[in-house]
Parts: sequence; structure tokens; C-alpha cells
Amino acid sequence: MNEVKCECGHVNPHGTILCESCGRVLEEKEKEKQLLDMRYEGSARRSQTYNKTIIDKVWNFFSSVKVGVWLIVITLVASSLGTIFPQEMYIPPLMPPGQYYEEQYGWLGKLYYELGFHNLYSSWWYLLLIASIGVSLVICSLDRVIPLHRALNKQRVSRHESYLKRQRLYSVSESALTDDAVGKIKQKLSAKRYKLREENGDILAEKNRFSRWGPYVNHVGLIIFLIGGMLRFVPGMYVDEILWLREGETKAIPGTDGQYYLKNNAFIFEVYDKEKDDEVFQDAINKVGTVVKNYQTDATLYKRAGEIVPGEKPELEEIRDQSIQVNKPLKVDGFALYQVDYKLNEMSKMSFNLENKETGEQFGGVTLDLYEPDMEYDLGNGYRVEVMSYFPDFEFNADGEPATKSRIPNNPAFIFKMFTPDKPEGEVSFVAIRQNIEPLGDNDYKMTFNGVETKNVTALTVRKDLTLWIIGLGGLIFMIGVIQGAYWNHRRLWIRKIDNQIWTAAHTNKNWHGLKRELEMVFADTGIKAPEDQLVEEKKD
Amino acid sequence: MVQLSSNFLFAAFILYLVGILFFGGAIKDKRHADKNAPNRWAKIGILVTIAGFLSQLTFFILRWIASGHAPVSNLFEFTTFFGMSLVGAFIVLYFMYKTPLLGMFTLPVAALIIAYGSMFPREVTPLIPALQSYWLHIHVTTTAIGQAILAVSFAAALIYLVKSVDQTKKSKSTLWLEVVLFGLVSTLGFVLVSSYFAATDYSANFNYINKEGQPATEEYTIPALVGPHQYELTDKNRLEPLFETPAIISAKKLNTVIWSFAAGILLYILFRLILRKRIAAALQPWTKNINLDLVDEISYRSVLIGFPVFTLGGLIFAMIWAQIAWTRFWGWDPKEVWALITWLFYAAFLHLRLSKGWHGEKSAWLAVIGFIIIMFNLVAVNLVIAGLHSYAGS
Repeated sequence: MNEVKCECGHVNPHGTILCESCGRVLEEKEKEKQLLDMRYEGSARRSQTYNKTIIDKVWNFFSSVKVGVWLIVITLVASSLGTIFPQEMYIPPLMPPGQYYEEQYGWLGKLYYELGFHNLYSSWWYLLLIASIGVSLVICSLDRVIPLHRALNKQRVSRHESYLKRQRLYSVSESALTDDAVGKIKQKLSAKRYKLREENGDILAEKNRFSRWGPYVNHVGLIIFLIGGMLRFVPGMYVDEILWLREGETKAIPGTDGQYYLKNNAFIFEVYDKEKDDEVFQDAINKVGTVVKNYQTDATLYKRAGEIVPGEKPELEEIRDQSIQVNKPLKVDGFALYQVDYKLNEMSKMSFNLENKETGEQFGGVTLDLYEPDMEYDLGNGYRVEVMSYFPDFEFNADGEPATKSRIPNNPAFIFKMFTPDKPEGEVSFVAIRQNIEPLGDNDYKMTFNGVETKNVTALTVRKDLTLWIIGLGGLIFMIGVIQGAYWNHRRLWIRKIDNQIWTAAHTNKNWHGLKRELEMVFADTGIKAPEDQLVEEKKD
Repeated sequence: MVQLSSNFLFAAFILYLVGILFFGGAIKDKRHADKNAPNRWAKIGILVTIAGFLSQLTFFILRWIASGHAPVSNLFEFTTFFGMSLVGAFIVLYFMYKTPLLGMFTLPVAALIIAYGSMFPREVTPLIPALQSYWLHIHVTTTAIGQAILAVSFAAALIYLVKSVDQTKKSKSTLWLEVVLFGLVSTLGFVLVSSYFAATDYSANFNYINKEGQPATEEYTIPALVGPHQYELTDKNRLEPLFETPAIISAKKLNTVIWSFAAGILLYILFRLILRKRIAAALQPWTKNINLDLVDEISYRSVLIGFPVFTLGGLIFAMIWAQIAWTRFWGWDPKEVWALITWLFYAAFLHLRLSKGWHGEKSAWLAVIGFIIIMFNLVAVNLVIAGLHSYAGS
């Protein structure tokens, strides 16, 4: 490519606006301006230089901050739409979501559902927006950071007059630069932590150049963050399971390939008590009623010992006891188990007595484990009960036949066959809560309800997320970058002796007020004017 | 101890109001027109403000001791803390820029925010399990401080607009500026209405049918202009609602909004009648001596300082805690989404400013919109949209 040779002898890349070395204006258009556009130091940015191939065009599109801002604004507006009604994951799973939105929010809700806004944040177009922001971040940064770095590295101490006088802060003093004054200025600049460079008696004082890299550092952080977010979809990086565990029950922790087992020793549910808890909470408890204090699963963690043998009970080795509470997950081997849900007093066992309907005489009782009932019970003396069918969550199905909705004993029902010495073929009885049906005619015997035992059930979310450290790293780098860019300012001061005059000019990327105050202090009592704000003077005219 | 701490909050509130007067005096005082040094009025003003801040800090610490947790766990506590952070941010910026005018605009906003927060239940609430974590202190306070610093940019932007918008003729700018000021006046209206009916112990109970079709009850603490779905007023001698709402709308909240707007409109009309010009036009002379570039820079600077703090508190700490308490660092809960929206907005602000050269008036309008988003996240997302963060509303 045709490079641009400046009058000062420095060879600049094609497209450069201000000579990297001396600051002379190389582009005709720029020459008419009273103040230079100092963004990116007038360096040659690819996007401003090439526009021929498709790659150039794509590059130029995404390198534009205008496009970037539009992407941000569109994402912002789209995000807000998703909060008008709750997202699908937050609605109760009682009915099909379409129906729910219509019932709750009318035609607006229906429209919301039909537009797919109930799952807005995982919609293809939302993800496309985020991806576009990612692409924009990469291209915007590359387009600017490389030429900017080059320009700042190549800068010479003595900048051309045309460069100096077109800085926002600029002044000319008609006095000679005495050694005394120079010494004073240099000393004060050093005290303000400026780095000084000198050439032929000209001075360039510069500080905090690193803050110029802040935006690029934070963009790198964001890109790492987004990559971390994408990695979630790689198999093995992310596990999200739920584990329902009854008191006393031991189950394999899902997602661990049967390596780890968890036992629920007890589930504890506590509310704040006006009498026992701190007095200061009394008013609030009186007003609200019940405030939950604690959800807790007392668990024992086991590891499998030995190989998996199909059909055989695993041999378990106890690792530790731990109480799992909200905010205190159990962690093992990259997995975390969180307390997320519970069910109090789920029926676990039910007892019945075999009774003669007429005499009321009882011939022994059975206790059924509602999770895995035994199918036969011998009561002795020729009395025997068989469980013909068991419906843990009983309902009549569409055909009017008894069926079960789930495996959870919410509404247990049984069909018993009762064998007695006087009815050796057995009598059939259907028993459900508050129901006793004799489908095959009148029986002499019945099963009478004799109590129920309950247990608490806990629900734990099992989570493994190997992307966390990448996301954390992205966040950390973003924070470093954003602080680097926001809390420091890149400041430069040029002092040149031209004929019998002293020229000063200064530039900062932000916080001009701070720079001005600093320079006023530096130039005080030196006989040289501090650079003055040309923008303010313009306004006064 | 809780009662004692409340006295400190009240004292702080009064001191802020006194501070406003002194900063006002500092601007009107012509005898010391020396620009570089703040005059005596301004010095007293900042001292009073600092005293107020310390008093509120005492409130905060005493309440923390009394309750055993940082008092940022409900809407009252959070909002007053936000107000305190705003004053704190102002004090810091005052020592950087020495502009009493900034105090005259920031302190009323802070006082209004504290008064607004005080309208919500003030009992010390015990922490539900999700809140029992030291991240409560870290996440909530950092977020509030970040938002407060960003809010200073709103106050500075308001000064900019009051000064720069041409009040001699009607324009879109004069209209929108009045709308923003009307928003502040309506907040004042809400505070006055709530305080009045709280002082008179107004209470009206209703039976109604909620959106699940179940009978429910609701207690109104201000007269019901709007009644709930199929309501029945169970108290005697109380205002009968003028109309009722469908079940999916919270009638009580709508009623409060209507009252606030009505009071806001009345107050606004009153101000206009007294001032005989737009409120912004009446404020304009106060801004005569301020340098627009300086105000613009204060506004920009506070965004620059506040943005990283907000990112840290509102997104990063928030994600860490969400991972611990809710099993995932991000879940598209409305509050999370609105924190992201706030963040995206200020990111856009910074890009427009750095690369597109949006300075001055454009930048000031953006700062105003940013503040509206922050307020929306504080008020509407808590009270209207609810979600996982909704405990903050009780």
C-alpha cells in the first residue's frame, strides 16, 4: 500500500490523518478545522481506509461505534419487553403456558405468548443481538487499538506548530524560557508524576497513558465473559438437575454418574417466633404474619466404593454430614447442591385393620409403605390381605377407570383382596381416602383406616458449572479495564520554544477541568502562560 | 434503639433541608463574587450537609446494631440508604468542584428520596433465608452507592438544562424539562398525601375477589378512588370508590398512583400560579453564574465514577450472590434485567460521549433518562413487576 511520508521524514501507514511522529495534518479535510479531532490520535484505522471487499464492508459496519450503540439500545429495549409479564420459567407449571398467559393477562398476554416474549431471552433473535454486540466489541477494539498503540509509540517530543495550535488547550508566551522557569516546571510536573521527555529543549510531559487501554481491556473482559456464557452449551460443562429426597432416603446425586450419593436425615422448616426471636422483629411479624427463618436439609454425603455392578446395591462410603441451607450449598467435586424447594408432611406409610363389618371384630393390621408397598400380608389364623393394585396419586381417568397421576403418594388408593377362613376365595375392596367401594357386591369384611405416617421431602438443585471461572475471569478483567479507563486520565503537555516565543499545548481524553487546574498550578510563578481553553474563548466571542 | 435511630434519620432529613437554604444563600450572596473560593454561606451549607450525613450514618449504624443485619433489607431501608449515598456522593463531588449550586439541586432530590422511602413500612424485618448472607451488605450497599453517584449526574444535568434551555419560547425542551420537574413534584405529592393520611390514621377495609377468583381482603391507608375487583367496603363512613378495577390490576397501587398524580398536578398548578412562569424558568436565574462546561463535566465525571461502582455492585456482586443463593448467577429476573438495562444505558451514554461527541445538552438529557431508569428499577420493578426481588417491597 502507498504509505504517506510526512514532511518531517516519518513514514505513516496509508490513511493516517495526523503524522504519528510530529503531528502535522496529512489529510486535506482536517486542515480547515480550528481544533484537531484528537480521537485515536488521528491514526490510520482500517475501517476509515478500506471499503472495497465484502470483508471491508462487514468490518466497517461492525467497527462503527454508531452501530455498536444501536445494538446496545436495541438490546436494552428488547430486554425491557421481557419484563412486562413474567418469563415462562417463573410462571406456575399448572397449565400450558399459552393458556396461563391468556387467563392471567387477557389478549395482551396471548399476544405476548404468541410473539414468543415468554421466552424472550433465549429466542434466536435475542441471542443474535448479543452475538452481534460480541462481534462489534472485537472489531471496534481491533480497529482502534492497534493504530492507537502505534501512534502513541511513535510520537515525537517536538510537535509541529500546526498541531500545537489546534489543541484545545494552547497558549503562546512572549517570554524567554529561563533555566529557572524550566527547572520549576519540570520539578512540578515530576511531582505530579508526569514522565518527561526532552528533545532540542522542547518538552513532552505525559502521564497515565495506560488509561487509554482501559476500554480495550474491558472489552476483552466482556468477550471472555460472553465466551464463558457460550461454553455452557458444550456438553459436560454444565449440569442442572433436581433431586427430591425424602427423609431417611438415600439417592444417587444426578449428574455424578452414580459416584456420589446423598441421604436426607431430616428436613427442617422454621419460621420466626414472636416469643423466642429478637424482640425488634415483633412489629414486623405481627403485621406480616409468618416469616420463614430457615429451610434446611441435614444430609449425609456418600461416595461409591468399588465398581458399578448392575442390579446390586452400591457399597457406600460416608464422606461427611452437612446441613444444606439457602445460601449454604453443599459442595463436592465441582458439584454444588442447593436447597431450593420442599414439601412438608408427605404421606409415607398408611395402616389398615381387617375388620368384620357386622361384629366389628378386628383380625390384625397391615402397614403399607406408600413408596414400595409389599403386595401380601399374612395376618395368621387364615387371615390374609393381598394388594391387587396400588394408585399412589389416585384419580379416575378419562375412561372412568382408576389410575394414578404420578408416582408421588399424594392421594393413595388400594384395591385389596381380603382372604378369611369363611371367605377363602377372597373379597375385593377398593380403599381410597374417605372412600370404601365394594365393586363386586357386598362384602363381609372391610379394611378400616388406622392412621398415616408422614415425612418431609426436600428438593435440592444439583449444579455443576465449569464455565464459572471463565465468566469470573471475564468479569474481573472487565472491572480492571473499566476502572483503568474511568479513574485515570491520559494527560499530555507539550512545551516548545519557537523563535522567541514559548508555545504550550495540552491534551487529555477526559476531565479537562482537572487538567486545567493541574496546569495552572504547574505554570504558576514561572512567567509562562498555562495553556488556555480555546473552546471557552470561542464561546465568549 | 430503633426509635432512637429513627430520630437520627429525622434530624438528618431536617439538616438536608437546612443545607438547601444555605446553598441557596451561597448563590444569591453577591458580596463575595470571587468565583474561586466558596463564600461563607456555602461553607456553612456543606458543614450542615456533612452533619446531616453523619446523623443519617448514625441512624444506619444504630439500626444495624438493633436488627443484627445491615439495614438495607426492605424498601424503606434501601431507599433511605440510597438517599444517604446520594448525599455522600455529593459531598465528595463538592470537594472536587466546589459548586454550591450542585448542593441546591442534589439535596432536594436526596431529601425527596428519603421522604419517599419513609412512606413504606418502617418495622425492622427479620431476614428470610435467601437474604441471610453477608452478600446482602456487600451487594446492596455497593449497588446503592453506584446508583447514587450516577444520580449526581442527574442533578448536574438538571442544572445544565435549567441554564441552557431557552425559556423565552416554548419548545420540546421546555416541555420535557417541565415533565421531569413535574415528576419530582409528584413524588412530593405522594409524600404529602401519604403523610397526611398516615397522621390521621385513615384506614378502609375491603373484601374483594382476587385474580385467582378467591375472596381476599385489602386495607387502604388513603381514601379509595379506585376499588378492587368486585369490592365491598367493610368500614363505615369511608369514601366509596368511584370505580373498580379488573382483577389483574392492583387497585391499591393504582389508587396511590392516581392520588400522587392528582396531588402533583395541584402542587404544580400552585407553583405555576405563584411563580407565573415555568418552574425551570423560575430556577434559571439561580444558575446564572455557573459555567456550563463545568456542569457538563461534573455530570460526565459522576457517570465515569459511578459506572464501575454500579457494575461491581449491581452486576458482579449480584451475580456472585445469585450463584450462591439462587443456584445460578443470572436468571432474567426483572430486577436483574433492569440492572442490565441500566448498565447498557450508561454504556451507550459513555460511547456516545467518547466517540460521537455527545456533549452538553444531549449528554444532559441522557443523564436525565439514566436517572429515570434507575428510579424505574427502584420503584416500578419493586412495586409493579415484582419477581424474586419482591421482598424488598414489604
